[in-house]
Amino acid sequence: MSSDPAWEAEIRKYTETLRKFASSTGHKLNPDEKYLRLVIEGLLMNKKRFGYASCPCRVAEGVLELDKDIICPCTYREPDLAEYGRCLCGLYVTDEYISGVKGHTPFPDRRKIQKIPRK
Amino acid sequence: MAHPKVKAYTLSTCPYCRAFKMFCAEEGIQLDYTDVDLLQGEERKAVMKEVDRICPDCGYPIIIVGDQVIEGFNEAKLRKVLGL
Repeated sequence: MSSDPAWEAEIRKYTETLRKFASSTGHKLNPDEKYLRLVIEGLLMNKKRFGYASCPCRVAEGVLELDKDIICPCTYREPDLAEYGRCLCGLYVTDEYISGVKGHTPFPDRRKIQKIPRK
Repeated sequence: MAHPKVKAYTLSTCPYCRAFKMFCAEEGIQLDYTDVDLLQGEERKAVMKEVDRICPDCGYPIIIVGDQVIEGFNEAKLRKVLGL
């Protein structure tokens, strides 16, 4: 994305909101600042596109009812954190992930595995 | 030696997809990609059906090199497949 001052301000503001939210729920955001920015840009792009911040790593339908489970934090965050040490998009991570105990390799999309019907 | 051609299904919003695109640009890899989330209507349905056929449970990006399908942006694996 461009370095438009308004966009930069939006990123900063949303990052702060997410940090506070994560802290209030005992979660951790990805400590890789460069990567974190990419995730947050994706979330903001979806927020602008759909009116809600759906997971940037999944295809949203743009219909709230159909996308509820992938609005960040998504329904799959907790099981993914438990199994892989991070959520699918890598916004939220665990201490095990940060320390390198859990690997950084890609993993399957739990939503697809559960075969939630798509319209 | 020329790199093999790389095809990928990506999302415009996905951080891994963006990192993958940057990687290809930096390495001079010829990449033919489709941002699935930017497609609409019948074209999108057809591409998503194709994505499900290639790798039903895969997260994005879905990278295709020859007859190999690589799930997600795994730089080490991709380097190995591409001989980098």
